[in-house]
Amino acid sequence: MLTFAVRRLLLSIPTLLFISFVIFMLLQLAPGDPMAQVPLTVPPDVKEKMRQALGLGEPPLVQYWKWLVQVFWTEPKIFIDWLTRDSFLLGWLPDTHLYQNELRVLSWQTRSPVMDIVLQRLPQTLWVVGLSYIVGILIALPIGIYSAYRQYSVFDQAGTFVTMVGFSIPPFFTGPLLIVIFSVYLGWFPSIYDTTHVVNDWDSFTVQLRQMVMPIMVLALQTTAQLSRYMRASMLDNLGQDYVRTARAKGLSEAIVVMVHVLRNSMIPVVTVIALGVPAIFGGAIITENVFKVNGIGQLLLTALFANDLPMVMTLTFIFAFLIVTFNLIADVLYGLLDPRIRYD
Amino acid sequence: MTDSPQDDLIVAAPETVAPIEALRDKGPDAPPRSKWKDVWAQFRKHRGAMIGAFFLMLITFGVLLGPYLWTLDAQKLDIRAKDMRPIYTALWNPEAKTGWNHPLGSDQLGRDNLAQLIAGGRASMAVGWAAMLLSLIIGTGVGVVAGFFKRLDGPLMRLTDLFLSLPILPLLLVAVTLFRQPLRANFGPEGGMFILIVAVVGITSWMPTARIVRGDVLALKEREFVLAARSIGTRPFAIIRRHLLPNVLSPIMVSATLGLATAIITESALSFLGVGFPSDFPTWGKMLADAVARMEDYPERVVLPGIAISLTVLGVNYLGDGLRDALDPRIRGR
Amino acid sequence: MTLKTLLLGAVATSALAPAAYAERGEDGHVNIIYWQAPSIMTPYLSGGTKDIEAASLVLEPLGRYDQTGALVPYLAAEIPTVENGGVSEDLTTITWKLKEGLTWSDGTPLTSADVKFTADYCMDPEGGCAQLAKFDHISEIETPDDLTIIVHFDKAMPNPYGPFMGGQSPILQKAQFESCMGAAASTCTEANFKPVGTGPFVVDEFKPNDVISLSANPNYRDPAKPAFATATLKGGGDAESAARAVLQTGEMDYAWNLQLAPDVLASMAEAGAGVPVSAFGTLVERIEMNMTDPSPDLPEGERATVAHPHPILSDLNVRKALSMAIDRDLLVEVGYGQAGRATCNLVPAPEMYASPNTDCLTQDLDGAKALLEEAGWTDSDGDGIRDKDGEKLSLLYQSSTNAVRQDFQALIKDWWNQIGVEVELRNVDSSVFFGGDPGSPDTFQKFYADVEMYANNFDGTDPQSYLQMYRCGNEPKPSSQWQGENINRYCDPAYDALLDELAATGELSKRGEIAKKLNEMLTKDSYTIVPLVDRGRVSAHSNSLGGVILNTWDSELWNAADWYRIDG
Repeated sequence: MLTFAVRRLLLSIPTLLFISFVIFMLLQLAPGDPMAQVPLTVPPDVKEKMRQALGLGEPPLVQYWKWLVQVFWTEPKIFIDWLTRDSFLLGWLPDTHLYQNELRVLSWQTRSPVMDIVLQRLPQTLWVVGLSYIVGILIALPIGIYSAYRQYSVFDQAGTFVTMVGFSIPPFFTGPLLIVIFSVYLGWFPSIYDTTHVVNDWDSFTVQLRQMVMPIMVLALQTTAQLSRYMRASMLDNLGQDYVRTARAKGLSEAIVVMVHVLRNSMIPVVTVIALGVPAIFGGAIITENVFKVNGIGQLLLTALFANDLPMVMTLTFIFAFLIVTFNLIADVLYGLLDPRIRYD
Repeated sequence: MTDSPQDDLIVAAPETVAPIEALRDKGPDAPPRSKWKDVWAQFRKHRGAMIGAFFLMLITFGVLLGPYLWTLDAQKLDIRAKDMRPIYTALWNPEAKTGWNHPLGSDQLGRDNLAQLIAGGRASMAVGWAAMLLSLIIGTGVGVVAGFFKRLDGPLMRLTDLFLSLPILPLLLVAVTLFRQPLRANFGPEGGMFILIVAVVGITSWMPTARIVRGDVLALKEREFVLAARSIGTRPFAIIRRHLLPNVLSPIMVSATLGLATAIITESALSFLGVGFPSDFPTWGKMLADAVARMEDYPERVVLPGIAISLTVLGVNYLGDGLRDALDPRIRGR
Repeated sequence: MTLKTLLLGAVATSALAPAAYAERGEDGHVNIIYWQAPSIMTPYLSGGTKDIEAASLVLEPLGRYDQTGALVPYLAAEIPTVENGGVSEDLTTITWKLKEGLTWSDGTPLTSADVKFTADYCMDPEGGCAQLAKFDHISEIETPDDLTIIVHFDKAMPNPYGPFMGGQSPILQKAQFESCMGAAASTCTEANFKPVGTGPFVVDEFKPNDVISLSANPNYRDPAKPAFATATLKGGGDAESAARAVLQTGEMDYAWNLQLAPDVLASMAEAGAGVPVSAFGTLVERIEMNMTDPSPDLPEGERATVAHPHPILSDLNVRKALSMAIDRDLLVEVGYGQAGRATCNLVPAPEMYASPNTDCLTQDLDGAKALLEEAGWTDSDGDGIRDKDGEKLSLLYQSSTNAVRQDFQALIKDWWNQIGVEVELRNVDSSVFFGGDPGSPDTFQKFYADVEMYANNFDGTDPQSYLQMYRCGNEPKPSSQWQGENINRYCDPAYDALLDELAATGELSKRGEIAKKLNEMLTKDSYTIVPLVDRGRVSAHSNSLGGVILNTWDSELWNAADWYRIDG
């Protein structure tokens, strides 16, 4: 398994390069213009000059090469500099001063380094989307397990009904619905997420909780619905197997049979789904972030897409690609741990 | 659709030397029941599946035959009769603007809600089913092949990673730029769009199914019954068809249910981007999205398409449950 | 419009009362929401409306337009005119005088060098300045002393108020931006996010595309202003949720540009936490007719070019009939309510340029049918669609994606169907539609459709450059990478001659005459452009926010210094 992991890690470098190239070409091919949001009162020749200033006149391959250099050479240097200068862990090392004011990946909308904005956006995305994912998993697994164990019980039927209705109603409706109920009529929670809020004592923590409740509810509903269905289906498949009968015949308690034997064997699809979802956490939740104005990475990607801010879109998509490849690798390793019969070599 | 060795119960031949009394059977006096009859019998016993199937049929016939019963054109504007409430509102609010000419009310331009629901259902159901089936076929195909053939696992899974990473919006815009005109020329504005939407939704949503199916197949193919099948010389595709596919049916069913809901919703998001049907062509997703701004004053406009989508998805879900149970020989006949 | 006048009255009376004892920062905090989040704090590098407006809290020009479109001095002591000698008789120089004793928010004095620097900064050929057009025809800028700026133009400028006037071209601090000239403009993140300004507020923290935290400028020229000590400008979401936050939950004090259907806005306003306000400018929603053939059967490069006139729309009677079939008042009622009025003019304001042309305002379906019949467009095969010489009266009608536009499309399609015209609708995402990507078939410049609908306006109060867009040869075409402003491919030598006359005329009443004539040539004489609605701006403020005067001629936040809290 270790050699497999190492080989896959090495293989993922050319994979990622290839993916980044495909994404770049796709973005080049897609119609769009960073000047689309400039008012029509600005004449076309001025817009053309603005495009030139952004470097749009260069051939695509040159633009791609510049982006590669900036992401794989300039940005790591800045990261190392930061490690040796400000970080807690390695701050005792002498400052490396690797970064010599080379051009970084600059966003076309804001003319500021993309990485800085991404770092600025991460906290709210991780707080809201990450927490909702954890909440979703914590709710979904017990529901899925119990629904399968007591198939067609009232609990199972109710769970099925709620999760399926929840899944078939999109967040662009549930979001405003929650705002109307909880912000307008009840006035319990704010409808606008304050990204400048600092948590430093109990009161500010409750404020943070209140502003997170609604987006987390919307997102957790989707996660729960999806995961609990897979969990239930997979448990059902395994509960009828012979080894379960054998385990029961040996006199093992129901708890052990269900929670150890059946659960472990049912985890493969669930692990797959969870691993597929983790990169999405970093990707933020585009619609939900926008509805509640959480302004995390999802909203960043959305505005960048609409403004045709190619460096931003490219860098964000590449970060997602990196996470997707990594977490799918982790899932593959986990399969081997869950079911030792799975062999990759 | 037998799926494991336990299923192949040995039916002893009765014409041997005198057997002991207890085993003296007369032999099968009726031809063996076909497996599909058993499946059907089991399926009919599944209450949820029958209810699910009933609602699905109801909705399907409703949208297919609806236009002949309720002949109002869904795109017909009647600005004088705009913002009508559904007829049942009159029960608690006699002042509400209701009328039998628009039993479920009308929208802000006076288009009839019932006619829109029917016409929208046709589009949504067609797009939903077609896109879901397409994504299921690609996903299952890729997943099974990647899981079963070690040599193809790497390339196919890297391809999956690639598709997972592609940003959807630019992909859509590229698809529109390249394919809209040719499709429109060959299949007409609505037919061309239908193909484009189904293809786009299908192509951007098969990856989770592929990963899930592959994960299951990786584990299944090391199981004893596959080894047994292999040892008697079963060809790989026969193993896949007879032994692997039936065993990954339940995650596929879940994918199908979730996929249908996603496809119906995604279609409405596409029309916002100008990739979908023309803006006056109703679909459930679009009705729902358009009505969100007015949900306090006219809740029925979000609730009705919402119920329609939910009922369809629930129906498919229960149908899937029933089908899975009926196809599982361990449950069947119990 | 009674609402607006009432409000203005209330604001005017109450604004005078507390001014006597007002003190800077006594009213605490104000929350502003822009559903399009600002990405940068200088209007020179972005040109987006949201960025210009956010920057106007910090940066100020020499003069602004007020809510009536009149010029008011900000950093300048007075507005230079020919009468007061500030503008030379031959219209080639304008002399600005700064107010005395102005300082930047960092305490250093503002001088004429900063003003000259601003022009140099924008006119740098490598900077990609979005407001370059404002600095057109400048030959030289002189600064004889610290308070005087003399701008020389290389030709007579009937409207010399391009540079340094209005929210689009505010003054930058030379000391801060000196190292950001030209190609270095985009590397100055700190300066672009936290410009030193003269306006009522100073940026404390700038989170691009998210939120801006500001506090009162300690060196603002009026010691009693601004009334708010701190301000937050939050961005993101959509117009609907922004309206909700002001009108229903009261979390925000001011929401910008609420493009919502009037019934939606009215039902939110019933909650009573705030009021919508509206004002009119020059924004006109219009249908543009394609005078060239967009047929996909033509080879690429000839499609929608002047080489092939449009088979249907070249007929003036068809264009006129299409316009006659439209009920503009109903469109206003459905789409804009109090924030719109039916118009037949491309230039609806200011008054001296607006033609008294109202003959399109009454819908005449029968007249339209008769006109088509007369012109030979008859339904010869009985399928309900008129045709002539084998050409069906069938149109592709495109627009950008926006709920109100789609409602308009549905209504207009219905009317056009009634007069026997077949219509196919298409809506395109606005980032593609308004983007100039020559590779996309869906941009409004390429116009691969028969008619299209969008809105446009002009900066400031002078329509000359706006009317100049429709000059022959200025159309988007393959040889110009589909860039060009004459979207309809309209071409009339008489129109061009009249444009030249306009450019040479300085006398205001004469200019008004010519502009009206030009406007009519495009609209009621040729129906090349079919104006629909003069669109006002709707914003909303909470009941406790006073001093708001909605201004469509400049930034909406133009008078944020005068805002105050009602009831403390």
